Amino acid sequence: MNEKYVIRSKAVASRILGGEMVIMSAVDSTLFILNEVGAQIWLAADGQTSLSEIVKRNVCEEFEVHPDVAYSDAQEFVDALANHGIFQTSERPLSCLDQSASETP
Amino acid sequence: MTGAGYAPARYSGQPGPQLFTVTVEIGGTPILFETSDPDFRAMIERRYSGFLNSSAAPAYRIKIQITSCAEPSDKDVQVSRRGSVWLLDRGDFQAQWDQQSRIGHVLQTANPYSLDTVIRIVHSLVLAEQGGFLVHAASALRAGHGFIFAGVSGAGKTTLARLAPPDAIVLTDEISYVRRQGNGYRAYGTPFAGELARVGENVSAPLAELYLLEQGKKNRIEPLEPLAAARALMRHILFFARDEEMVKKVFDSVMTFVSRVRISRLVFTPDERVWGLIE
Repeated sequence: MNEKYVIRSKAVASRILGGEMVIMSAVDSTLFILNEVGAQIWLAADGQTSLSEIVKRNVCEEFEVHPDVAYSDAQEFVDALANHGIFQTSERPLSCLDQSASETP
Repeated sequence: MTGAGYAPARYSGQPGPQLFTVTVEIGGTPILFETSDPDFRAMIERRYSGFLNSSAAPAYRIKIQITSCAEPSDKDVQVSRRGSVWLLDRGDFQAQWDQQSRIGHVLQTANPYSLDTVIRIVHSLVLAEQGGFLVHAASALRAGHGFIFAGVSGAGKTTLARLAPPDAIVLTDEISYVRRQGNGYRAYGTPFAGELARVGENVSAPLAELYLLEQGKKNRIEPLEPLAAARALMRHILFFARDEEMVKKVFDSVMTFVSRVRISRLVFTPDERVWGLIE
């Protein structure tokens, strides 16, 4: 399995409101509201920590879920938001300087 | 015609035709307009008659050049930024507005709606920097408090304004002006009229509540949680620029607004009894 690294896009605005993470794409103004697990992944997506490590540390230790299920769900979540430009992903660690050259829009 | 290529030669400092000026103050922000066309100045004075303030020191200056050559106004307006300069482009007008120097230029036909659009865009950009916004909404002042009624076309903005009782002052039936004031907000009257075809009163008041309009069989108010309020309100915010930094500012403004202002759904049947709930 190839590792996946995830970083938050710079073209988004985010705010915790009523205990939920609200994110807006600055590109098309689409609004997303993340659940608790999604918010954990969002906050941990620094481009340096692999998705599997994020899932292990921020999801499996916080929520009662099988690691395989958690990783599969996390991948689906990340890919869906990457399609909206909310996340950027790569098989290598990313910094904010890499964002324009990352592998997914 | 392209917005980027427009060079306002007559404003280069060379002697030119006499310029006529008029200052229009909306939302406490006076903008001085300059034009060499006295008829166009007269049109501005008529259209914004309740909002003229010749004694105010202008916060911004906009120079208007009238042309007879333009494309139709049925295209969407394009708003982009180069450094501190905003470029506004639609078939019937092109404008540049420098946020730093506070000076703008408009090339347009003598159509008042073109200038109206430019004014709305400039105010939306100014407000975004200050944590405020323009919103598709009617608004009114009653007993010293401001109330905003947001909704899409047909939701009842004009109906509600038309039903306003004598002790309520209608600020607008179409575009409401919201400015930050300390930890709260203030609602201002605007000259932007909807179906009521009547400009709002040039007064303001601290904002007490924002209602999202929905027509129904029984009048009632349903308070909304901030998250639901934010989702709903975002749909009614007037914002033209697709600039990332500006979009973030508007997002922050809305999120802060819903945290500080009471927002409710106002379900109403279109008769004057609904105003019994607004106080």
